[in-house]
Amino acid sequence: MVVPSLKLQDLIEEIRGAKTQAQEREVIQKECAHIRASFRDGDPLHRHRQLAKLLYVHMLGYPAHFGQMECLKLIASPRFSDKRMGYLGAMLLLDERQDAHLLITNSIKNDLSQGSQPVQGLALCTLSTVGSAEMCRDLATEVEKLLLQPSPYVRKKAVLTAVHMIRKVPELSNIFLPPCAQLLQERHHGILLGTITLITELCEGSPAALRHFRKVVPQLVEILRTLVTSGYSAEHSISGVSDPFLQDPQGPVELKGRGKEALGSQPDPSRCSPQRWIFLLSPMTPYPMSSSIFQPLTQPQVQILRLLRILGRNHEDSSETMNDLLAQVATNTETSRNAGNAVLLETVLTIMDIRSAAGLRVLAVNILGRFLLNSDKNIRYVALTSLLRLVQSDHSAVQRHRSTVVECLQEPDTSLSRRALELSLALVNSSNVRSMTRELQGFLESCPPDLRADCASGILLAAERFAPTKRWHIDTILHVLTTAGTHVRDDAVANLTQLIGGAQELHAYSVCRLYSALAEDISQQPLVQVAAWCIGEYGDLLLEGSCEETEPLQVEEEEVLVLLEKVLQSHMSLPATRGYALTALMKLSTRLRGDNNRIRQVVSIYGSCLDVELQQRAVEYNTLFRKYDHMRAAILEKMPLMERGGPQVDEEAEESKEARLSEAAPVPTEPQASKLLDLLDLLDGTSGDSQHPPLDPSPGGTLVHLLDLPCAPPALAPIPNVKVFEREGLQLNLSFARPSEIPALLLITATATNSSGSDVTHFVCQAAVPKSIQLQLQAPSGDTVPAQGGLPITQLLRILNPNKAPLRLKLRLTYNHFGQSVQEIFEVNNLPLETWQ
Amino acid sequence: MIQAIMVFNNHGKPRLVRFYQRFPEEIQQQIVRETFHLVLKRDDNICNFLEGGSLIGGSDYKLIYRHYATLYFVFCVDSSESELGILDLIQVFVETLDKCFENVCELDLIFHMDKVHYILQEVVMGGMVLETNMNEIVAQIEAQNRLEKSEGGLSAAPARAVSAVKNINLPEIPRNINIGDLNIKVPNLSPFV
Repeated sequence: MVVPSLKLQDLIEEIRGAKTQAQEREVIQKECAHIRASFRDGDPLHRHRQLAKLLYVHMLGYPAHFGQMECLKLIASPRFSDKRMGYLGAMLLLDERQDAHLLITNSIKNDLSQGSQPVQGLALCTLSTVGSAEMCRDLATEVEKLLLQPSPYVRKKAVLTAVHMIRKVPELSNIFLPPCAQLLQERHHGILLGTITLITELCEGSPAALRHFRKVVPQLVEILRTLVTSGYSAEHSISGVSDPFLQDPQGPVELKGRGKEALGSQPDPSRCSPQRWIFLLSPMTPYPMSSSIFQPLTQPQVQILRLLRILGRNHEDSSETMNDLLAQVATNTETSRNAGNAVLLETVLTIMDIRSAAGLRVLAVNILGRFLLNSDKNIRYVALTSLLRLVQSDHSAVQRHRSTVVECLQEPDTSLSRRALELSLALVNSSNVRSMTRELQGFLESCPPDLRADCASGILLAAERFAPTKRWHIDTILHVLTTAGTHVRDDAVANLTQLIGGAQELHAYSVCRLYSALAEDISQQPLVQVAAWCIGEYGDLLLEGSCEETEPLQVEEEEVLVLLEKVLQSHMSLPATRGYALTALMKLSTRLRGDNNRIRQVVSIYGSCLDVELQQRAVEYNTLFRKYDHMRAAILEKMPLMERGGPQVDEEAEESKEARLSEAAPVPTEPQASKLLDLLDLLDGTSGDSQHPPLDPSPGGTLVHLLDLPCAPPALAPIPNVKVFEREGLQLNLSFARPSEIPALLLITATATNSSGSDVTHFVCQAAVPKSIQLQLQAPSGDTVPAQGGLPITQLLRILNPNKAPLRLKLRLTYNHFGQSVQEIFEVNNLPLETWQ
Repeated sequence: MIQAIMVFNNHGKPRLVRFYQRFPEEIQQQIVRETFHLVLKRDDNICNFLEGGSLIGGSDYKLIYRHYATLYFVFCVDSSESELGILDLIQVFVETLDKCFENVCELDLIFHMDKVHYILQEVVMGGMVLETNMNEIVAQIEAQNRLEKSEGGLSAAPARAVSAVKNINLPEIPRNINIGDLNIKVPNLSPFV
């Protein structure tokens, strides 16, 4: 049966005519089956058309890998139109992770060396898109030849292909570096653009190339100068139509209404949009034709400026050479167009990156400041991005534009306000922290939800670094927690509790503020957690009403309890929050004057809570009430001041673990209470890594067990090194290590040293262990131990001993020393017990 | 480096997808969808840059886009490209399309996906900017099309037909068209069939 093959246009119409997704799928599946069949039959007449259809289907997201081989066949065809389609298919369908792509290497090679210019262009384009490392190595010489071809069209493509090749195979730099000098003479701006890209890539790849190309800085400066001056004249001649911005659009010429019936019958409007021929470029669309006459010279200028930035970075002489020109560009570039602004911006960034004169740097930052006031949002965006890059190196210069930056926070566009936020946060310092934080807090209240988390954590971080007073710091965190509580990171709670704990004079103030905040809103989890913690710790101060700074707050015991119970019962409370609230209640049992019946009642209710963590806590507290009431007051003392939690501290704690263990051991009773406190503490940030003291048979002992939490096993004592062999200055030492994650594994490092006057050569160490143990010998670091204590040989032995069987180790050493060969077999009999126990 | 170039319409239908870094096909489609949802949220009068989506590589990548009537042209680039430069490059690309298709509209892109790819190949190559001079791009494309035509390729026929139809109609359509004229019928484009 012969099915007439559908034309591409017909297929597209059919797809567009489909009313539902399912229908579309059906059409495509049917057509794909035809295409497959046609490929199978090897029909060369329609191959071009079939592949075109397949590529369309591929764009819509349907599988098209079965077309890969057809691409190869089309590329091998002598016709240009076939090659064109074949190469396009190869670029879209081939994948360098599959071997199929290597099959085009030969066709590309032929086309590069023998094809006409357009064919060479196609081959280069494909090579720079799908060329794998292997292909690049094979074809580098062909591309190199094309670099010096007379046709600029082929040459510019060859240069960019060279860039791709260097990215894939850095060693190829050697081939492509020499032609650069000649390519730089080129005035064709397409080639110039490519050459600059190539040099940039080379310089980024190797410091040697960077040094090499510093020599051409004067030449680059000259090229840029020519481009800049000719750029202006070219622009004037192009825009003889006067400034397009000043042109009066002649009325609303919007839709050139032409019935679209010509193409496709009535499809579902939601599925295919262009009801009419709506032109992409018309005076009504945001970017009417020629609204920005893009100067062909802009891109080369931008690239040269970027290259100069790399060459001049940390290099006095090169920077010196550029200074004048950069000043000229910075002052003379015309900025009514996007293109001019692009060049100006790159100039500014180059000035700031190289070692330029101080006056020039001020000028550059001021240009950015002017950009911030530009009416074009894109310019404001790049200004903010650039200032953000400079804020580390030129803080004070950027600081001068602070007020403008802060104004940008109010932009309705999130791209802009995000940048402005990042920049504002970077500009906060100790002298402006109060005013900046006020601005940022204002922003936090109104900002879009996706910025809120960043803004909140930014304020917290800034407050931590620059807080003028503790009181201000506490107020700031509190404000953030009340406005954006759900968006702060978890450590904000720990930080604030710690801060309050450390500021004794502010305990009363904090607890009052937190209590009123909690009374207003119990939905902001972090706030509730901190408030519960504070009420638990400093509940007595709250009830005394001893705080002079806020308006006197008269709080009844009853109210506090009701509030905490409300937190416990609220459906909005997280399990952790309930934990805080329960502990707070428990602590209040020693801080309130009234009787504890109510607290006991609540605690016992939660003894049957579904949440295991909460239940355990409640049961523990209940036990504390019933059995150990006499110790309760001591156990529920105020928390001692915590150490600053943080990763660095953890590391220190890790190091001093051993020392702490031995210190803690001889003090049995006193730390026990504080240990309990640690366990009761929900904020187990730092307590986790301290060790348990040995148990004491006091009544508290059972309680310790009860409250015991899983704890890291004590660190293993290091195993001493062993000397196992010594003869005529050759010595073999074993050192042992046991990775903590796999206790059954023992790593032995054998180190052979030679203190004699003659080299030990052909050194081989072999080892044997009992059958129940597995041994793996890694390759040694060498086979020669140089004389007079030269570089020793090391070899790693991995021993897996899951049954903890007694370890026995037999070693055989063979080596040449003082001209004779030696063989030694012996059992290591002084292995420490720790190596297997 | 330019990572990807995507053109899709106001409903998110892809019209041109070109990746310069390999992604599996499903991921490519997801990226197009994600990008569409990112740009769709944005008004026309705010800036043309936004942070890249999560799929295409995180914060080092930016989406730079322009919205023309029914189509979004989106370039995804890393920090080694000048944002303003790419913005103008998009304009160059679209103006080149306009020259090659004579008043380009979405239908041209739909029915001539291959030609659009060929034009793009002369502007961007392997993720790098190749040429920004519109006249040069157009000259190359025309030369290649002539070459194809001289081979008598059937594939050139529809394009010729379309431009013929457009040329016939253009002078008759007034620049200032009234709403009432919108349902003017164009003769059926029978040369397509």
